[in-house]
Amino acid sequence: MTSDLTIAVASGKGGTGKTTVSASLACTAADAGYKAAYLDCDVEEPNGHLFLKPAIERRHLVGIPVPVVEQEKCIACGACGEICQYSAIISINKNVLVFDKMCHGCGGCSLVCPSGAITENSRHIGVIEEGNAGRIDFYHGRLNVGEAMSPPLIKAVRSAKQGEGLNIIDASPGASCPVVAAIRGVDYVLLVTEPTPFGINDLDIAVNMIRELKIPCGVVVNRCVPDYTLARDFCRDKDIKILAEIPDDRRVAEAYSRGELPYSAVPGYRELFETLLISVMKEARR
Amino acid sequence: MKEITVISGKGGTGKTSLVASLVSLAEKPVVADCDVDAADLHLVLDPQVKQLNDFSGGKSAKIIPDKCTNCGMCFKLCRFGAVVKDENKKPYYAIDHIACEGCGVCSHFCPEKAIEFKPEVNGQWFISDTRYGPMVHAKLGIAQENSGKLVSLVRNQAKMIAEEKDLSYIIVDGPPGIGCPVIASITGADSVLIVTEPTVSGEHDLDRVVELIDFFKIPAYLCINKFDINAEMSDKIEQKARAGGVKVVGRVRYDRTVTDAQIKGLPVVELTGAPAAADIKKMWNNLLQEITKITKGS
Repeated sequence: MTSDLTIAVASGKGGTGKTTVSASLACTAADAGYKAAYLDCDVEEPNGHLFLKPAIERRHLVGIPVPVVEQEKCIACGACGEICQYSAIISINKNVLVFDKMCHGCGGCSLVCPSGAITENSRHIGVIEEGNAGRIDFYHGRLNVGEAMSPPLIKAVRSAKQGEGLNIIDASPGASCPVVAAIRGVDYVLLVTEPTPFGINDLDIAVNMIRELKIPCGVVVNRCVPDYTLARDFCRDKDIKILAEIPDDRRVAEAYSRGELPYSAVPGYRELFETLLISVMKEARR
Repeated sequence: MKEITVISGKGGTGKTSLVASLVSLAEKPVVADCDVDAADLHLVLDPQVKQLNDFSGGKSAKIIPDKCTNCGMCFKLCRFGAVVKDENKKPYYAIDHIACEGCGVCSHFCPEKAIEFKPEVNGQWFISDTRYGPMVHAKLGIAQENSGKLVSLVRNQAKMIAEEKDLSYIIVDGPPGIGCPVIASITGADSVLIVTEPTVSGEHDLDRVVELIDFFKIPAYLCINKFDINAEMSDKIEQKARAGGVKVVGRVRYDRTVTDAQIKGLPVVELTGAPAAADIKKMWNNLLQEITKITKGS
C-alpha cells in the first residue's frame, strides 16, 4: 500500500506518552502493509530506538555554517559585529572573535564584510542515523551534548526521509522552536496528553501553537482514569476530537520501563492502536 | 544563598510536582519556573502576580509593501526559508514570522530599505507572591523563539530578589531536554537535582544529562521517582549515576495520590496520607546535607 501522509505526535507536557504512541503507530502501520517510516525528531533526548530497536545502516553528520575570519584581511571596520544579532562575532580593535555556539548560521557577517576576510565553515551539531526496524524505515537525530540549537538538526532529520509513505514524526515536548521545526508543514498533529491539570494546561499551549501553524489536530488521552474528566471537558470546549483513550494501566508502565511497547507486550493494546491508526488517517485526509 | 536547579532530561518524570514540595519544605525560598515553554508550577503554587513585564528576545523583519520593488534580494539571502514568494500577491514577497530567526540580513541588504527590523515582544514574565515566598515565572508567546534568553532573565530576577530579601534558596524548575533552555537553566547554578524514572528512556536520557552536567562542572544529585515501577532498573540507574559522579539523594515511590495533590493544587508533602510525602522529605534532608557539605568544603 502506498500513501503519502505525515503525522506528527506532539504533547506540550513531557512524558505523556509521545514515544509510546508514535512507535506503536509506526508498528501498526507497517503490520497493516503501509510503507511506514518513524522519524524521531526529539533530538535532545531521542528514545524511539530503545523500543523499535533498529539496525542502523547509515550515519551522517549535520552541521551549520559558522564564520571563519582571516585576521590579515580584516580592516577592523566592525561591520560583522554590528550585523550579528546573536553576539556570535565581535570586533575589538583589529581582533575579531567568533563564538561558534551562539551562531545561527545566517551568513550576515560574511556578506557584510567589505574586505572578504570572512568565509564559512561547517560546524557539527549532531548526527542522523538511519536504518530499519523490521519493516519500518527508521530515522533519528542525536544532538551533540552541550549544543543549544536543535532546529537545524530536526529539519535535517525530516529532509533525510525521501520518497513517499506514511511518516510518523515523534516531536520533543514543549511548544517552542524545536516543536515548530518538527511539525511545521505536516498533514496532521496528534497531541498526547494526560487528564491532569498539568497535562491540560500544556495541551492548551500546544493547541494554540498548532492553530497558529494552521495544522489540523486531534488528541490521544493517555493514563485515563474514569473520574478525571478534564481532558474530555477541554476537548469539548475547544472542539477537538479525542481519537483514543489509553487507560492508566500499570502493566503498560512496567512494559515501557523494560523497553517494550504495549502494542506488542500487553494484551488488548494492538486493537487500540489499529483503531487509532484508522481514525488518524481518516482525520488527516479530510 | 543556594540555587538548586531541577532538571530531568526526559520529560514527565515529576520535576514540577517535586519542585512544589521542595518549595514547601525549604526555609525562605524564592522559586523560579524556567520551563517557559510549558509552565505548570503556577497551578500548584497559585501565585498572585505583583509585576507583569513584556519580554523581547530579539527583532523581527517586516516588508513595507509600498517600498518593495520585487527585486527578490531578501528571498535570495534568507537561509531560514522565512521569505515567502507568491507572484499572485503584491508585493511578491512576505516574511513568514514563524520561520524568521531575527537575523536582520534581509533588512540590511534590501536596496530599497523596504524591510523594517524592530524589537518584537516574545512573551511575558512575572514577579509574584506565593504562600511560600516570591516566585518569578514567564510565558513564552505562541510559537516564539528565544526561550533560552527568557530563562536567563527569570533566573536573574530570582537571584536579585533572593539577594534583596536575604532568602536562603533559589529553587528552579527546569525544562526537559538538554538544549538551549536547559543550558540556560543550569549555567552557573550551585547544584543540579536530576529527577529520573526507572525506565529505558529515563536511563538513556540520564546518560546525556550527566554528560551535560559534566560539561558545565556543576555538582549534581539524583532522585529516582516511581522507583518501584522497575526496582532492577532503579538499581542500575543508581550505579550508573554514582559512576558518573552523581550522588543519589533519594527514591520516591509510585503513588497515585501525587495526581490527587495536583488536582487539589497542593504540594504532595502537604497532602495528608500521601505515601510519597515521606520519601520526598527524606530526599530533601539528604540533599540539604550534601549541599551544606559543599559549602563547608569550599
